[in-house]
Amino acid sequence: MAELTIRQAIQRGLEEALQNDPNVFIMGEDIGKYGGAYAVTSGFLEKYGPKRIKDTPISEATFIGAGVGAAAAGLRPVIEIMSISFSLVAFDQIVNMAANLRYMSGGQIKVPMVIRAPTGAGAQLAATHSQSFETWLAEVPGIKCVAPSTPADALGLLRSALSDGNTVIFAEPAQMYGVKGDVPDGRFTVPIGKASVQRSGGDVTLVSYGHGMRVLHSAAEDLAKRGIEAEVVDLRSLSPLDMDTIVASVHKTNRALTLDMARRTGGIMAEVAARLQEAASDWLDGPVARVGAEDVPWPYNRELEQEALPRVEDVLASLKKSYGI
Amino acid sequence: MQAWCFICFNGSVMPDTPHIHRSAAAASNPLAQEPLPKIGLSPEDLAQMYRTMVLSRTLDERIYQLNRGGKAAIFGSAQGHEAAQIGCIRGTDPSRDHYLIYYRQLTAMLALGTTPLELLLGFLAREGEPLSMARQFPLHGAHPRVDLFSFSNVVATQVPQAVGVALADRMRQEDRVTIVFFGDGAASQGDTHEGMNFAAIHKLPVVFFCENNRFAISVPLRKQMAVENISSRAAGYGFPGVTVDGTDMIAVYEAVSAAVARARAGQGPTLIEAMVYRLLPHTTDDDHTRYLTKEEIDLMHREGDPIPKAAKLLRDRGLLSAAEEQTVKAEAQRTVNEATEKAEAAPYPPVEEMYRHVYSNSSGPSGKGSQ
Ligand SMILES: Cc1ncc(C[n+]2csc(CCOP(=O)(O)OP(=O)(O)O)c2C)c(N)n1
Ligand SMILES: [Mg+2]
Repeated sequence: MAELTIRQAIQRGLEEALQNDPNVFIMGEDIGKYGGAYAVTSGFLEKYGPKRIKDTPISEATFIGAGVGAAAAGLRPVIEIMSISFSLVAFDQIVNMAANLRYMSGGQIKVPMVIRAPTGAGAQLAATHSQSFETWLAEVPGIKCVAPSTPADALGLLRSALSDGNTVIFAEPAQMYGVKGDVPDGRFTVPIGKASVQRSGGDVTLVSYGHGMRVLHSAAEDLAKRGIEAEVVDLRSLSPLDMDTIVASVHKTNRALTLDMARRTGGIMAEVAARLQEAASDWLDGPVARVGAEDVPWPYNRELEQEALPRVEDVLASLKKSYGI
Repeated sequence: MQAWCFICFNGSVMPDTPHIHRSAAAASNPLAQEPLPKIGLSPEDLAQMYRTMVLSRTLDERIYQLNRGGKAAIFGSAQGHEAAQIGCIRGTDPSRDHYLIYYRQLTAMLALGTTPLELLLGFLAREGEPLSMARQFPLHGAHPRVDLFSFSNVVATQVPQAVGVALADRMRQEDRVTIVFFGDGAASQGDTHEGMNFAAIHKLPVVFFCENNRFAISVPLRKQMAVENISSRAAGYGFPGVTVDGTDMIAVYEAVSAAVARARAGQGPTLIEAMVYRLLPHTTDDDHTRYLTKEEIDLMHREGDPIPKAAKLLRDRGLLSAAEEQTVKAEAQRTVNEATEKAEAAPYPPVEEMYRHVYSNSSGPSGKGSQ
C-alpha cells in the first residue's frame, strides 16, 4: 500500500506501460520538457527519450488521427489532449474513426489507443475551455470511456485501458489531480465497466463520477448527521455502464439521486436516471432525483461559475423534493 | 544533429552551414533611417505609438500583480509583442476595418481604443465589463465601440471566422479589411491552413498577422514546423508572405500598410509573420525556466525587448528626451493606478446574469445593439 495522488497514480500507470510495452508511446502538446499542462508526464522525456515522448504541434485532428493510424498499424498510442474541450477539433477522428474502424472493417482493424484528457469546469477557464465531453463520448459505440475519482481507480483503470483492444477515453477530472489516496501494491487492475460503491448505506443511493464524487461525499456526511445513511456510487466507467451495481443499491435504498457536474441536459447521468426508471421503478419510492450543472455556457466570473456548478445544497434540496428526506 | 541558436531561437541551425539570425534582418532595417514623411508616420504618430506601448507594459505588469495577489485569473502577457501589435494596428484603419484578435493582445486592444479600465474590469470579472459582461476570458469578447471580436480559447478558430467576415464585406461590397491575429502555434492548426486557402481562392481582403514568438507554450519552432518561416507557406496558397522584425514598430507598420493597401485594391490576402520574443512565461500559470535556460531568458530580454528599442528610435530622431521618457512612464502609471482603483471598486455581476444572452430573442441580423 502506498499513498499517491491521482497525478502520481496516472504517472505510475504510464511509466509501467512505457517500460513493459515497446509499442506504447505518448503524443501531445507540451508533454516533453514541459511535462504536460497538468504535469503528468513530468520527467518522461528525460527518461524515455523523444521517440516515445513526442511533443506535437497544435494539431489535434492530426495527432489523434495519427494515433488512429499508428494504432491500426500495430502500436499502442497514448494521446494527451490538453483539455477535453479541445477534443472537438478532432471529433471526427475520435467519433467517426477510432470508434467505427473495427465495425466498418468487419473486425479486421483494431484501434487500441488511450486518449487522456483533463475535464471539467471550476477553474475560471470559461465557455470554450471548461467542458466535459466525456459525457458525449460515452454515448458512442466502439469506444470506451472512464473517469477515475481516486488514485487507486486511476491506476487500475489506466492499466485496463492500456491492455484493452479498443480506444479508451481516459477523462481526468482537472480539479482532482492532487487528491490523495491509498493505492495497493502489485499489479491489480480495475475492470472497465464496473462501478464502485465508495460508501455504503441503506437509505438513499447517490450516483455520480469524477468531480461529482466530492459533492456526493459531503452530501452523505450532511445526511448522516440527520441519521440518513447514503450509499455513494462512483460510475468510474461511463461506457460501458454498470447498471447492475446501481440497481442492486436501489433495491436496498429505494431512493436514488444522480449528479452530473456537466450540464444537466442529455448527459450520461440522464442516461443513468432513465435506465433506473426502466429497471428499478418498482423499487423506487419516487422519481429519480437529478442534479446537474446549469444549462448555460460556462461563465468566466468565479461567482457565476460556482453558481452554475452543482453544490451540496442542490443535492440536499433535490432529495427533499423527490423523497421528502 | 540540429543545434539551437540562442540569438534567434531558431532550431534549424545545422553544423557547417552559415546561419542567418532571424532578427538580423531587422538590425539593418533601412526604413529606420528614412525621413518620417517617407515612412508615412508623423512625429506625433510615433510618440503616440510609444505611449501606447508603455501603457500596455505598465498595465501588463499590473495584471501580473493582480494575478499574484489572487485577484485576477490566468493571463497571457503581451510583453515583447508590443511593437508588433502597435505597428500592425497603425497600418490599418480602426474606423472601418475588422479585427479578430487572440489572447496575447493587450497592446492591440489598447491601440484600438479599449481602455485600461475596461480591460481591468475584464481581468477582475466585474460588472460593466463591456466585452463579454464578465462571461468570457479577459481580452475575449466583442467590443461595443471597436470592430473587434475574439473568442478563441481554442486556438486558430478566429482564422476561418475572419475569412467569413471578409466574405460578408465582399458580398455587401464594403471597402473594409479584416485583420486576423494568431501565434506561431496556431499556424499548425487545420483551421489556419484551411482559412488561408479559402481566402486565397476568393481573393478576400484579409491580412493574416502571425505573431511568431518562437514558442507554442513550451514547444519550440523546430518541433512545430520544418520550414524556416511561416510566411513561406503563403506561396503554397497563392498570395504573398513576408517576415518582419516584430520588435521594430516601423517595419511592422510598413508591412501591414502594404498588405492593407493590397487588400483594399482587391488583390487578396497577405500573410505577415512578425518575429517577436515572448518575454514572460506563456501565462501566469507557466514557468518558462522549465524549458529555457537563464542565459536564453537574459538574452531575450537584452535583444528582444521592443520598448527600449522604440525609445531609442524616438530619441535618435529627437522626439523623446530623458525627461519626456519619465513623463510617459509616470502618466501610464497614473492611468493604470486610477483604472485599478475603479475596477476593484466595481461589484461582481448579479448571478442572474448567468442566464442572459444564451439565446438571441430577435430574428434580425447580428450587429451592434442587436439583442
Ligand atoms: C485547439 C487548442 N489546443 C491547445 C490549446 C492550449 N493552448 C493554449 S495557447 C497554446 C499555445 C499557442 O501558441 P501560439 O499560437 O504560438 O501563441 P502564443 O501563446 O505563443 O502567443 C496552447 C497549446 C488551445 N487553447 N486550443
Ligand atoms: Mg507562440
